Amino acid sequence: MNSSSGKSYMSTASSSVIWKAGGDVVADQFPAGLRVLVVDDDPTCLMILEKMLKACQYNVTKCNRAETALSMLRENRNGFDIVISDVHMPDMDGFKLLEHIGLEMDLPVIMMSADDGKNVVMKGVTHGACDYLIKPVRIEALKNIWQHVVRKRKNEWKDFEQSGSVEEGDRQPKQSEDADYSSSANEGNWKSSKRRKDDEDENDERDDTSTLKKPRVVWSVELHQQFVAAVNQLGIEKAVPKKILELMNVPGLARENVASHLQKYRLYLRRLSGVSQHPSNLNNSFMNPQDATFGPLDLQALAATGQLPAQSLATLQAAGLGRSTAKSGIPMPLVDQRNIFSFENPKLRFGEAQQHVNNNKQMNLLHGIPTTMEPKQLAGLHHTAQSMGNMNMPVLSHGSQSSQNNPLLMQMAQPQARGQMLNDSTVGLAPRLLSPMGQPMLSNGMATNVSTRNGVPENIRAPSYNPVSQTSSMLNFPMNHTSELPGNSFPLVSTPGISSLAPKVAFQEDVNSEIKGSVGFMPSYDIFNELTQHKPQNWELQNVGMMFNTSQHSNSLRGNLDHTQSVLVQQGFSTGQNRNSTVISKAMFSAGDSTGHVNAQNGNQHLNSLFVDNTVRVKSERVADAAPANLYPDHFGREDLMSALLKQQDVIAPAENNDFDFDGYSIDNIPV
Amino acid sequence: MESKHVNQQIAAMRRSFFDEEVLDEKFSQLEQLEGKDNPNFVEEVFTMYFKDSTAFLETIEEAMKTIPIDSIIVDNILHQLKGSSASVGANKVLKEVNKITRQVLGKGNLEGTKASILKLRKEYDSFKAKLEPYFQLKQANSVAQVK
Repeated sequence: MNSSSGKSYMSTASSSVIWKAGGDVVADQFPAGLRVLVVDDDPTCLMILEKMLKACQYNVTKCNRAETALSMLRENRNGFDIVISDVHMPDMDGFKLLEHIGLEMDLPVIMMSADDGKNVVMKGVTHGACDYLIKPVRIEALKNIWQHVVRKRKNEWKDFEQSGSVEEGDRQPKQSEDADYSSSANEGNWKSSKRRKDDEDENDERDDTSTLKKPRVVWSVELHQQFVAAVNQLGIEKAVPKKILELMNVPGLARENVASHLQKYRLYLRRLSGVSQHPSNLNNSFMNPQDATFGPLDLQALAATGQLPAQSLATLQAAGLGRSTAKSGIPMPLVDQRNIFSFENPKLRFGEAQQHVNNNKQMNLLHGIPTTMEPKQLAGLHHTAQSMGNMNMPVLSHGSQSSQNNPLLMQMAQPQARGQMLNDSTVGLAPRLLSPMGQPMLSNGMATNVSTRNGVPENIRAPSYNPVSQTSSMLNFPMNHTSELPGNSFPLVSTPGISSLAPKVAFQEDVNSEIKGSVGFMPSYDIFNELTQHKPQNWELQNVGMMFNTSQHSNSLRGNLDHTQSVLVQQGFSTGQNRNSTVISKAMFSAGDSTGHVNAQNGNQHLNSLFVDNTVRVKSERVADAAPANLYPDHFGREDLMSALLKQQDVIAPAENNDFDFDGYSIDNIPV
Repeated sequence: MESKHVNQQIAAMRRSFFDEEVLDEKFSQLEQLEGKDNPNFVEEVFTMYFKDSTAFLETIEEAMKTIPIDSIIVDNILHQLKGSSASVGANKVLKEVNKITRQVLGKGNLEGTKASILKLRKEYDSFKAKLEPYFQLKQANSVAQVK
């Protein structure tokens, strides 16, 4: 998908910067002609910036909406050298945009804002911005932005040269291109917080980003089976991409592909096993305290706080959270959890990105306690997400805030649960699905909208998802379990409907090449994610798109989401929630409709009916009833979720959800 | 000459803005960005600024009337105002905006916020009343000079 070779250097002749192999910069008039994309919703500022940039002799493209900017960047991957973006935008948080850009296009991004608070600037740092400008921006500040472009390329070159030969082969055509260096090895040295190295064995797993720029590898069932067989043969602890690659002996498979897949697989396994399983994957040290917080604890804590009905908690725990009960002994005080969640937004988002790329531990580090949790949770989810779709990640990342988006939560959780179920290639791990996923979210639910004040409750999503996912996974689990998951392959056959969803989706990975190895899972899930995130994340949208139209572009979906997202974003705090739910529901439905994919629609509608009927609608109604100023009442969310989940379990049980028959893999086609 | 007189008038007006600190150096930076290809750049910027800011203020005033006040909306708008006012060099307006965000809203002081917003409105209106004739005069003058 990323055809760097196809992208000619667009700038004016005078500005051509030719990066030779080896990193030398040959430029005739550099930095003149530097291709800058500036994004700001304020037309006055935008106008002034454009003028100033032009005065610096840069090649300026201005954009007043983040989504527009993203699609511009996506359509024209090598068309820009650097992006300057406002932090505070109505349709998408600047930091989200930053993450997206960093992950997908790996361009240097400069943030700017009238807000010079330390927290915001720090956020820029943690999200990987290469600079932060305070408004009013002086032209002098703009004169030097080219340094970031040079620096980045230099780093990428260094990484590139240091990496293995595999990358070289893949990246060859790109090198001669302009700014956009493929990220894989490059990111190794990149200090972006997005891709911090974690404790994992495979440090070079920036693959997710790099794979973006490489020909996508479709992790088919057979391929994954081979992969798992190789991993099992080596032993999960000792499985390194190189060896796995050798064992698999698949021509055309690159080490990075294996590495990124391994990363996701590890996350998935970790999640299944309830965190403590794969110490190498995530910050073990962090995890422990975190686990307590986010694991089953969350359930308990939530229950304790009344947010999670006791019976739900019991259900969850009974269902098989047993494993995580080890941690349950450490109930984190609500306050702490809230604090954690206040961090979570940035972290979560970050983690989201990281999961794609890497383990998201690093992010967490910055934020302290919460961070630890992040990686695990995210990892777990991520892993699942990978096969299932992005849903997990977004959920987690945005988990921090309110319980508002119960409907969202429901939906997100559901897919997640399913995803987990499906991905559980080792049956034994299935039971553990629940804990990791739900955890962060649960805790999130507890936290009120804390951190980001931008009025955009990105966090909306998170909390609600937890319980849902928990229950749903639990519910599904037994089904899965009994259904005889094939050892090596994704449990395509196992759980009713749900499972069919995941595998299919998972294998659709490459359809949307933009997604780094993660497959969109449930459309509704993604939609919600999008909604809550206030932006149509590419990954998720992609996933959704995949879900819906496996091979279709998710533009229409995105369009719907965008709209709803903007609506969401602009909601006031008090009124927002009410609208959110309805918006979300609408988005879901509309998203479903827009895809036009028969199966997807059926699936989506099916999903919708499953999720929405129970949750969203209920919630919407309730919300309407509630005072506009109220946030979604906590009680309202939790109980609904639980009951909805339980209900859905019943619905799911009869394996008739063949609506989820997405393109790539229908249940029938999957060899059991 | 008439145009010379007008020129002087325009220059005097401009100087007074700086003297009164209604404008700050950002304004001069904007003027420097003007060139032959867009001689009315500053005026265009200010036209846009006034248009948006007027709408912003009205939104804030509306928001202040609801109970409870939608602080998020107010916050967002103030932030916007801050950025744009700073970018055009609207010094006093910016100061008022900062005052509100820092002192009043933060403490949840409703009455204080309302009073500050009134002051902001006053400052903004005065600013607009000063700048708009200035630009009009400039525009008329340049047209006259072309002739």
